[in-house]
Amino acid sequence: MRWRHKDLLDLDNLSAQEIELVLQSALSMKEVLFRPIKKLPTLRGKSIALMFYENSTRTRTSFETAGKILGADVTNFSVAQSSVNKGESLLDTAKTLQAMNIDLVIIRHACSGASEFLAKQLKAGVINGGDGQHAHPTQALLDFFTMKDRWGEFKGKKVLIVGDILHSRVARSNALGLKKLGAEVVLIGPPTLLPPEMGYLGVRTSFDLDSELPGADAVMALRLQMERQQSGLFPSLREYNRLYGLTRERIARTGKDTIVLHPGPLNRGVEISSDLADSVQSVIEEQVTNGVAVRMALIYLLIGGTSNVMA
Amino acid sequence: MTKRIPKHKIMDADGIRRAITRISHEIVEKNKGTENLVLIGIRTRGVPLAERIQARILDFENVKLPLGLLDITLYRDDLSMIDVQPVIHETKVPFSIEGKTVILVDDVLYTGRTVRAALDALIDLGRPQKIQLAVLIDRGHRELPIRADYVGKNIPTSSREIISVCLSEIDNSEEVLLLE
Repeated sequence: MRWRHKDLLDLDNLSAQEIELVLQSALSMKEVLFRPIKKLPTLRGKSIALMFYENSTRTRTSFETAGKILGADVTNFSVAQSSVNKGESLLDTAKTLQAMNIDLVIIRHACSGASEFLAKQLKAGVINGGDGQHAHPTQALLDFFTMKDRWGEFKGKKVLIVGDILHSRVARSNALGLKKLGAEVVLIGPPTLLPPEMGYLGVRTSFDLDSELPGADAVMALRLQMERQQSGLFPSLREYNRLYGLTRERIARTGKDTIVLHPGPLNRGVEISSDLADSVQSVIEEQVTNGVAVRMALIYLLIGGTSNVMA
Repeated sequence: MTKRIPKHKIMDADGIRRAITRISHEIVEKNKGTENLVLIGIRTRGVPLAERIQARILDFENVKLPLGLLDITLYRDDLSMIDVQPVIHETKVPFSIEGKTVILVDDVLYTGRTVRAALDALIDLGRPQKIQLAVLIDRGHRELPIRADYVGKNIPTSSREIISVCLSEIDNSEEVLLLE
C-alpha cells in the first residue's frame, strides 16, 4: 500500500485501504505519545504552517503538537495579528508562505472549498483542518481510529450521528468514511437540521433517535451551535435536549457496550449530559489523544518522503 | 524491481539453527549470565531471530529474557531521499531499558545505517547500561563506524549482490541466499 496524495482535503478520494493505512500508521505514532521523551527526528528541517481563519483550540493544538513531536518546525500563523486584517487575500497569504518554502500548510476556513483552492495553487501539501460545512477529514479519521481501537473492525457496526447534520462537516466526513469502511451509519436530527438531500451521502437518515438506539455500537453527538436557535431552526434548547440530548438512560437502551463520541467543544446539558460525558462509555478524551497520533501519521504520509506526486 | 537470480545458498535451515544456538551461548558467556539482559529485535526479520535467541536461552539457562520489537522507520536518515515513505509499524518495548544490557538483533549488517537508526530509537526509550549487536549475516561495506558483537556468518560480498534471509516465520522457507 502506497500513499500517493499531495493533500488531504476530504475523504471522498481516499480508498478504504488508504484509510486503513492512516489508521495503522497512527497506531505506531500513538506509542510515541506515551514515551518519556516525545520527540522524533523524522521530519527534521521540514516546516509546517498553520493557517486558522476560524476559532479552534483542539484541532490547532493537536496539529501543532503532532508536527513538533515529529521534529518539524511549526509556524502558527495567527490571523488576528496578520496582514489578513489589512485585507490580504487568501491567495496572497498562501503565496507568501510558498515563498518561504513551507512544506505543508494546514488550513481551517469558514468557506467550503478554501483548502482545495489553496491546494491547487501551492506546491506544498495541504491538509484541510475544517472548511465551512464541507469536510473535516482529520476529525473523521481520529473518530475511526477511536472506534477501531475498541472494535478491531467496522463491518457490521452501527454508528449513530446525532445533531445538526445540516451544518456539520464532521458528520459529512464521518458518514463518507464509515460507509467506505463497511459500517452502518444513521444520521439523526430534527427535520430542520436534516434535509432530505443528505441522502446523497448514501446513508440512512432519521428524525427519531429513540427508535434507532437499539443495537447501536457508537453514538456520536455533534455540537449544537447556539446561533442556530436564534435563526429559528429549532424552538428551544430544552426541546432539543429532550428529543436528541444524549443521556446515560438513553445510551442504556442500545443494549450494548456502546461508546459515546463528541468532536468537542461540549455543550454540557444540551447535546450530551454531563454525567454521560464523564462516564466510562465516553471516549471523548481518548479522541483528543488519538487526534495527535492520527495527525502525526498524516503529516508523515504527506511530507515524510521527497514527494508523493507519482510521475 | 528487477528479478534477481539466486547465485548460491549460503546457509540452510540447519546452518541457521546452529548459528543461532552459538550466538545464544556467546551472549550468555560474554555477559556472565542472563542478569540484566533484554532482547530487542529490529523489524522485520530481527524479530523472529530475537524470539529464537530467547527460546534457546530459555532452553539452557531456564530464564526467559524480556523481548521488544523496534521499528526504525521514523529514525531513518534517507527519508528525505526516497520518494514514497515506507509504512511504519509499531514499536513494542513493554519494559524499561534503563540500566539494562540490550542485545539488539537484526538479520543482515551492511552499511550500518539501520543500526545507527536503531541506536537513536533505543536511546529515545531510555538509557541502557550497554548495547550489544547480534546479526545473522555480516556482509561488509560499512559506511559508519559500527560493528557486531555476535555474528552468525561473515560473507564477503560485492555491493551489486544482495543477501536474502528467509525465515520460516515470515517467508515460508528457511535459508540464506546470495542473489545477483
